[in-house]
Parts: sequence; structure tokens; C-alpha cells
Amino acid sequence: MAQLLTRPPSHDVSAPPIQVEGVSLRYNGVFALRDITFSLPTGQLVAVVGPNGAGKTTLFRIIAGILRPDAGLVHVYGHGPGGHVCIAYLPQRRQVDWSFPVTVKEVVMMGRIRKIGLFHRPDRRDWAFVHHALERVGVDDLGNQQIGELSGGQQQRVFLAQALAQEAEVVLLDEPLIGLDMPSQKAIFATLDELKREAVAIMVATHDLNLAAERFDQVMLLNRRLIAFGIPEEVFTRSSLLEAYGGYVHLLPEGDGVLIADTCCEGEEEYLWHE
Amino acid sequence: MSEILNWLAQPFSYAFMIRGFWASLIVGVVCPVLGTYVVLRGMAFMGDALAHIILPGVVLAFLLGWPLAAGALLVGVLAALAIGAVSKRSEIKQDAAIGVVFAGAFALGVALISMQRSYAVDLAHILFGDLLGVSDSDLWLMAGLGTLVLLTVFALYKEFLVISFDPVLATTLRLPVSLLQNILLVLLAVVIVISIQAVGVALVLAMLVTPASTAYLFTRRLPSMMLLSAGIGSLSAALGLYLSFYINVASGPAIVLVETAIFILAFVLAPHRGALWELIRSRQ
Repeated sequence: MAQLLTRPPSHDVSAPPIQVEGVSLRYNGVFALRDITFSLPTGQLVAVVGPNGAGKTTLFRIIAGILRPDAGLVHVYGHGPGGHVCIAYLPQRRQVDWSFPVTVKEVVMMGRIRKIGLFHRPDRRDWAFVHHALERVGVDDLGNQQIGELSGGQQQRVFLAQALAQEAEVVLLDEPLIGLDMPSQKAIFATLDELKREAVAIMVATHDLNLAAERFDQVMLLNRRLIAFGIPEEVFTRSSLLEAYGGYVHLLPEGDGVLIADTCCEGEEEYLWHE
Repeated sequence: MSEILNWLAQPFSYAFMIRGFWASLIVGVVCPVLGTYVVLRGMAFMGDALAHIILPGVVLAFLLGWPLAAGALLVGVLAALAIGAVSKRSEIKQDAAIGVVFAGAFALGVALISMQRSYAVDLAHILFGDLLGVSDSDLWLMAGLGTLVLLTVFALYKEFLVISFDPVLATTLRLPVSLLQNILLVLLAVVIVISIQAVGVALVLAMLVTPASTAYLFTRRLPSMMLLSAGIGSLSAALGLYLSFYINVASGPAIVLVETAIFILAFVLAPHRGALWELIRSRQ
């Protein structure tokens, strides 16, 4: 209960949004992540790429505080685990009961409950926040619907609105675009660009290497270890890709590109990357 | 007209009926409000088990000369916390773990009662309730505990909503999820203790899940689901008590039967989600 009553500590603004130091996690003796160390810059769109089972989801769940690493530390704006409520995590498939009696507005308001505080009710300002968040992702006309009545793309946008209402300073999105309709994809990217301008740190796990190269400021190449992290031109080198994708990489005869066939998900195509 | 009024008023010429009426009203409101969470979180089996686990507590309190509610409350809260802990880090699946504790504790309770002389009468009262035997002090205790439960549900409304709808979000927002879950379990134990006198351990489950499930057929908003189920619960309590008075049925089962009848009506006739509505829609 004490946790509910104390206000989260203020941020050390000179510290990076996220600093991960030597994080490792093992499942049944096998490393899911091994000695990951990086620090995330502010106001950047970062793509996290790597083959299926590379540990992208695990990394996000550790940063979000849902999983505890076996070793290593995660600092958020200079504070240790539990000391911050500024992270929003959008899992690939949300494990919720879609027939639960809540409206879209109420789901978005859930992002604000720590800001509202224990024993307090949302006031007019909080509802204005919620309405504005729904407006920004373009589903403000659906506020009074029950959450299960929305399409998958609309639901994903609602959860992004929840992150906005939370006033999150770090947003983690796990494969946010899989199976989404075009308007939803566009709306999500437009919102991410806006957040970036507001100095929010954003990490997006994706399988789409072309998308990662074109739409993101930085790319993190992950396969249980951190293979490379930097601007796309530096990360997508032949040796790094070979290291990350191993058997799925085919060198093209022309010698100036690699073809990556990842067999993770349905509808997953082959990606062509030219150096 | 005066005949109807007379018919309605007659039960209240007895002091035990007035006390029974208030007791059933408290149970009829408090149980369904918490029952909304029991239904939405899929805790029905847990609720039934907790009710039965409380039996040895009641019997021990009786043997030691304590107030029955004190024994029940102690055992209920301990069991709620123990089940919470066991299901969190155990090799055994939660429902099986609950089943083991549930049956063992219930057997212990029955064994303890069977060693007493007035076995038959007391067991029936604990199993199926003794609404008309409610004393003034029982009533005050029920009112006090009931108010405590409603206030807690009101005060922690947003927190309970988030841990019930999206536990992952609750964790990223750094809410103390297991503490809140334990508070819900303790509230469940308290509500069961309140209800034992009214409907008994064997029928508490109906008070928890039936009105809330009925309300779920009509609304997809949590506050209205709580209000509607409390309305159904208190209406059933009153109707059940009249039935019990005029056609001489045991009061606990009478209340539960009214609740069940309302559920069946709603299940068939509810707009949009009722069986009849489905049938008509599929014909078109």
C-alpha cells in the first residue's frame, strides 16, 4: 500500500531514458538474453530487430518491469526498478477479456490511475486528457463503445492512446503493425512521430527490416546478445546480419546485398537489404 | 388494497422477521457487488471453496465459546491468503490446490460437528443459513462488515478495475498487484462470513454469482453491473423472505431460488443477449 501512496521519484533529466547494464535472463538454463548493455537516447525512434526467438519480447518485458532479469540492472531516467511509472508497454497480443464491461474511454483512463492517485477520482482535466489522447490516434468517436466492439487496429490505437494518457516518457511497442489495416498503421506511425518530437523515447520490435531501415532513427540488432545498435547504415552490415540471422541469410550472387528469409510469422515475406 | 398492504406488512409484526429482513437486505446488496468481481475474474470456484473452508472455523469458535463470526473470519482470511500464496508458487494447479484444501477443511468441520450432541440441527443451520435466528448483535456485525466491504470496493475501484482487466498494465504502472489481489480475497472471505447466517456455506456461491451474472446479461458497464446486481440481490432477498413466510420454505434456499428464477428469465428474455433474442435474430 505504501507504494500506492508515495509519489514516484522525479526524473534525473541528465540520465538517459533507459540504461540497461549487463542484463541476462535464462529459461531452463538456456540464455534468452545474455549480457545486454545499452543506453537509449531521448526522442528517437528505435527499431529492435532480430530473428524469431531473439529475445525482443523478453527485453521489453524486462524493461517494463514484468520480468525480473537473473543478472544486470535497468535504470529509467537514473532510477532503479519500481521507482518510475513512465513506461508504457504495448504487447503484441494483449491477454485481456475483451468482453469485460469497460468502455474505450475507461480503458484509456486506466493509463492515468497512478497520476490520479489512490482514493481519488478522475476529474475534468483527466477526462480532457483521455479525450485528447483518443483524438490524437483518431478514434475519438469510439469513446463510449465497449472495448470488444472495436477492430484489432482500433484496439491497438486505443492502447496507444492509453500510453498518451499515461504521459509515458518511454513507449515500448511489440510488433504493433502485424495484422493491422492501413489507416491504423498510418495513425500509429503519425502518433509515434509526434511523440518523438515531444522527446519521448520509443522502441518498436519488428520483423520488417525494410521498415526498420526507412522509418527509424536507430536500429538495435538482437539475437539473444546485442549484436549492433546505431543508425541503420551502420547496423545493417553483411557481417552483423549474418551474425544475427545465421542460417536464414542468403548471400546474393551480385555480392552487394543479402536476402533474409525469416520464417517467423504468417504472411512473413523475404526481405531484401542492399548495403 | 388494504388486504395487499396487510399481506405485505404482516410478516413484520414479528421482531425476528424484521431482523431477518434487514440481514437479508445487507447480504442481498453486499454479496452481488463483490460478486461482480467474482464473475468477471472467474473466481466462482474460489468463492465456493472459501465458503466451505470456513466451516471448521465456525465450529471451533462454537466449541470455544467465541462469536461464530470471529472464528469464521479468522479461518476465512487465513485460507484466502494461503490459497493466494500456494497458487502463486506451486507445482500443483490452482483449482486442484483449492480442491484439496476445500474438501479437507470441510471434512474437518463436519467431523468436529458430528462429535457434538445437537449435530443435526446446527449443521443444517451452518450449511443452509438461519435467517430468522439472527440476533441484534449479529445484525450490527453484518452491517459493520458490509459497510467496510462496500467502502473498500468504492475506494479501490480503479485499482481493482485495472488488476482485473489488464494485470500486465497494472504491473507496468507499478501497482502492488498481489497485495490488491489479496485484499480482494480477504473481502471475499468477509462477505462469506456475513452471508453464512443468511444463506449458509452451501448457498453463498449463489449470492455471489447469480445476481452478478444476471446483471451481465443486461449491461457492459461495470458501475451499472454492480448497481443492477445489488438491486436484483436485494429484491430477491425480500421476495424470498415473503415466500419463506407464506409458504413455509427455508429462507436461505427461498432467496436463492428467487435469484435463480430471475436469472433464467433474464437468460431467455434479456434484450440483445437473451436466448429468445438470439433465436429471433437467427430466423431473420
